[in-house]
Amino acid sequence: MINLTIDGQPVSVPEGTTILDAARKLNLDLPTLCYLNLEKIKYLNKVASCRICVVEVEGRRNLAPSCATPVSEGMKVITNSKRVLASRRKNLELIISNHPFECLVCAKSTDCELQKLVWEFGINTQRYTGERSEHPIDRSSGALKRDPNKCIMCRRCETMCNEVQTVGALTAFGRGFNTVVAPAEMNPIATSACVYCGQCVSVCPTAALTGVGYIKETWEALFNPKKHVVVQVAPAVRVAIGEEFGMEPGLPVTGKLVAGLRRLGFNAVFDTTFGADLTIIEESREIIERIEDGQEDLPILTSCCPGWINFLEHQFPDLKYIASTCKSPQQMTGAVVKTYYAQKMGIDPKDVVVVSVMPCIAKKYEAALPSEETYGIRDVDYVLTTREIAKMLKEGSINLNHIQDEDFDNPLGFSSGAGVIFGGSGGVLEAALRTVYARMTGHELEDVNFTAVRGMAGIREAEVQVGERTVRVAAVSGLGNARKVLEKIQRREERYDVIEIMACPGGCVNGGGQPYAEERDEIIEKRMHGLYQIDRNSRVRKSHQNPAIQALYEEFLGEAGSRKAHEILHVTGLMSAPADCPK
Amino acid sequence: MPEIRTGEQLASVYEQYKQLLSTRLGTVVDDDTRMILVCGGTGCHASESEMIVENFQALIHKNGLDGKVVCSISGCFGFCEKGPIVKVFPDNVFYVQVKPEDASEIFDQHILNGHKVKRLLYEDPILKEKMETAEDISFYKLQQRIALRNCGLINPEKIEEYIASGGYQSLAKVLTQMTPQQVIAEMIASGLRGRGGAGFSTGRKWEFASKYASEEKFVICNADEGDPGAFMDRSIMEGDSHSVIEGMMIAGYAIGAQQGYVYIRAEYPLAVKRLEIAIQQARANGLLGRDILGTGFNFDIAIRLGAGAFVCGEETALIHSLQGLRGEPATKPPFPAENGLWAKPTIVNNVETLANIPVIFQRGAQWFNSIGTKTSKGTKVFALAGKVNNVGLVEVPMGTTLREIIYDIGGGIKDGAEFKSAQTGGPSGGCIPKQYLDTPIDYESLQSIGSMMGSGGMIIMSEHDCMVNIARFYMEFIVEESCGRCVPCRIGNKRMLEILTGITEGRGTEADLDELRSLSETIIDTSLCGLGQTAPNPVLSTLKYFLDEYEAHVKEKRCPAGVCQKLMHYKILPEKCIGCTSCARGCPVSCISGTVKQVHTIDQSKCIKCGACMTRCKFGAVVRE
Repeated sequence: MINLTIDGQPVSVPEGTTILDAARKLNLDLPTLCYLNLEKIKYLNKVASCRICVVEVEGRRNLAPSCATPVSEGMKVITNSKRVLASRRKNLELIISNHPFECLVCAKSTDCELQKLVWEFGINTQRYTGERSEHPIDRSSGALKRDPNKCIMCRRCETMCNEVQTVGALTAFGRGFNTVVAPAEMNPIATSACVYCGQCVSVCPTAALTGVGYIKETWEALFNPKKHVVVQVAPAVRVAIGEEFGMEPGLPVTGKLVAGLRRLGFNAVFDTTFGADLTIIEESREIIERIEDGQEDLPILTSCCPGWINFLEHQFPDLKYIASTCKSPQQMTGAVVKTYYAQKMGIDPKDVVVVSVMPCIAKKYEAALPSEETYGIRDVDYVLTTREIAKMLKEGSINLNHIQDEDFDNPLGFSSGAGVIFGGSGGVLEAALRTVYARMTGHELEDVNFTAVRGMAGIREAEVQVGERTVRVAAVSGLGNARKVLEKIQRREERYDVIEIMACPGGCVNGGGQPYAEERDEIIEKRMHGLYQIDRNSRVRKSHQNPAIQALYEEFLGEAGSRKAHEILHVTGLMSAPADCPK
Repeated sequence: MPEIRTGEQLASVYEQYKQLLSTRLGTVVDDDTRMILVCGGTGCHASESEMIVENFQALIHKNGLDGKVVCSISGCFGFCEKGPIVKVFPDNVFYVQVKPEDASEIFDQHILNGHKVKRLLYEDPILKEKMETAEDISFYKLQQRIALRNCGLINPEKIEEYIASGGYQSLAKVLTQMTPQQVIAEMIASGLRGRGGAGFSTGRKWEFASKYASEEKFVICNADEGDPGAFMDRSIMEGDSHSVIEGMMIAGYAIGAQQGYVYIRAEYPLAVKRLEIAIQQARANGLLGRDILGTGFNFDIAIRLGAGAFVCGEETALIHSLQGLRGEPATKPPFPAENGLWAKPTIVNNVETLANIPVIFQRGAQWFNSIGTKTSKGTKVFALAGKVNNVGLVEVPMGTTLREIIYDIGGGIKDGAEFKSAQTGGPSGGCIPKQYLDTPIDYESLQSIGSMMGSGGMIIMSEHDCMVNIARFYMEFIVEESCGRCVPCRIGNKRMLEILTGITEGRGTEADLDELRSLSETIIDTSLCGLGQTAPNPVLSTLKYFLDEYEAHVKEKRCPAGVCQKLMHYKILPEKCIGCTSCARGCPVSCISGTVKQVHTIDQSKCIKCGACMTRCKFGAVVRE
């Protein structure tokens, strides 16, 4: 243990601890900006570039960045001298001197970490009015928007993209004053290796990286009397949206959200979880087919995460054919709305608009892909993030705190507990196993909980006894972990039958479209627990026992894997491709 | 030359080749042989010194004197103001400002007939006398060339001449007679401090690296010399690459490294070429590679080119660049000695530091220790430039005063102007005013007066230099070269530059001077690396010693030195103007009024200070003040 004093107070910490963490032990919350440590997902951005966290260390000539300076025996640290405060303030003034002053109309207003610091420091003048960097705003993709003028070179996105996701789409570009983080050669993001997982968006402290918004389009559709506008809500949204209204993270507020959406004017409020159950029916059939046919097509890789599929198809093209051909729950739900539902309601599918509420920005990209259509009609028209729908609700004077629960509409409103756990890493696998077990053995599982594949660990493996067969499964979250597993498969080092992969560490609950959270590590877990709580309290906990799903097959699809099911619920060929966003 | 596989073989090769230098050193006088050395440094090279060599060689051949008269290039003689330099041995005559066509005159008169060519001898400006040898010239009198010992003596493209000069003997001694710990102890005892600018004890740096256990360790030579106007390292690389190679090998032995890298800026093609030749020759002769001198010691060197970034002279940025990453510095600690190239223990040493090492082991730490001041041992090479008469490369013992360098060696200020300031340490250093001219130069003394040793650039300024503009110039360089990683340097220095530019353009206020000081404090206190930490030095030192110039700029909107364009105004003298209208016709903003044969006037409110009128006036009627 190392003993030191901070502002005269003694503290003891293990060797290697930074001054910042030692100060936290004394409840001294030194201000930081670029520093970000998300232990549970193994993310650490410690570039020491903002120089806001600086402190005085006796005997050291200059100020030390507390986030990157390890403590030493007998160290004397001062965190609040005139010298320290003057430099912190000055550096903050310098940052804002090269930052657009458009807080009033900025997407991150009240969520911006730079804005918060400036407010906390009580800065109320623009001391420097010199040159400002002028970079073009990148709107080349329909999912991710880049505004390099708001980049403060914190490098959080770069660290996430390179070290956690191992995609490598971002780097610092240029030298000196105009340096920003951007794709190589400052090329548009749509031409880069970016998979739109959105993890960079969730760590960006400013609005340099945000999702592309579709609120305007959604209002227009809602107010268009000729359109029948339907909304679907993803599992991960219902345990997070409460945070935008001051509620506890992880608290399921499904009924309130449904009520709120209905008030906004949607003609029908459906549940993407229904689509998740549908995915399980189709995918479990695929799984069983491949397991029983032999080794060649294994492992089967889940395909509901578009960020992950993009990664697979571009970085591991030799393995892309082992992914499931199933569309994602979002897409399946939309496809069923535009075929089965439209038919039932007697509405021309061209007049149906499907809006989905997702925890994710990759879903915006997925909805616009050429492959994601049925009989020439887009399955999903607009994708809103959890953050966007919260803004719409507030704009519509709806406060989830003061609203009564309501139910989803039928026929795409009833879902099982298996479907709802899709929102957390391991959920798709667990849901699939519940149905695969029944289909393969002819018996129903008594205990449907596969806790071995739950949790925040990057790679979770298990062996499941399905009758006489031992089925080897793995659940992976975070693309860096996906890379590790795929490389093992390429080298034929491991044998798996089914692998679930999610691009976002922890799964969709930690998606790039979820409410911004400061203590992210805990909040992700709370949201996960919220989903498992809903599952525990569900009347039906297996997808194949969902009566609404059974009705859909009986009335419309026929059998799992039928020709119609393939036309509507599967894709052929590549899933990822350059895409224009539908307007 | 055969491969050299043992220390004894090296000794015998030395015996064999030492007579190569005898004519030059005057150790053996053989009336028949003549040696002509022509400076092959970049400066003289640009003045066609290669042609001079070619012409001499053609004449030698034409006259059937091959072998009796030898002409070759050598490293920088240092007297760059008077280049190209040609030296003739055994007379040791020193010719200056030689042109390629002068070769035949020198050959006919001096080589064939023994008469010195008087017009090409250096003339002392005060004594008005011709000087025959370098030793007579005041430029050289106070110099002591240790790092530059072989520059101007040997042909750097011939390893035999390096060996003849005693080269690689220190390596042999170290490998066969000393342990790594003894080598380190000797380095520490010598007192050699890093010549790149920071002045850290070389021996202590090696000691740290030697203490970290690792299968792999690295020695890096920092040849990224980036200070504007500095060419000390370039000259050593061009003139004596082997001394750097030998220094690196001794360092490698001391710390336990087997691989060295020379990171050299791509803007030094001649230095790269000479270094490549030297490495190839050392390898071919068994002095680089495996089992060197049969001692089991392995060491090899690879060259890596920089890509135009001053910041890559910072050791951790250099290491990142070597690894193929962005050339951005890292937070220290950990230091490279613990965690450097590829996370292995690494030492990064400057070119001049390494060039000193062979001679320290040859003549002993005690000898080196006897030169210099109490805290700064040995000599320092300076690139003397600016408004001084003798621009060039000088090497003086630590403790030599500024006055001695500027006046005795430098020959005083050009055009008889008044000395104003000496800038040392490049963009990281400060401007030293005349009250400190008698400061003996060493690391501590320069720091105490607001500057630093730096890598050796020394720019002399006169009354014709504007100190505000000088500060602005260095800040402009910094802003261009800042890597952009940390806030105070990336944005702070930019704001400093904007303020300085405003002051030179007449938009400055007194509050600006306080802001400059305040910004400087934050930039020095919180920048991540040495580039940012020292960037405000030129500004702070000029604010301290030349406040009057700043005040003239902000209070009176006047530039006392007459440099800042926007503060000058153009005036037509009525007594000289004949009304030819040439100025009015040439004015791009049509701000000059007056009819033919009438006195013209400039409308100051519209004048853009381009100076076209002054250029066009043939009657000296347009003046600038």
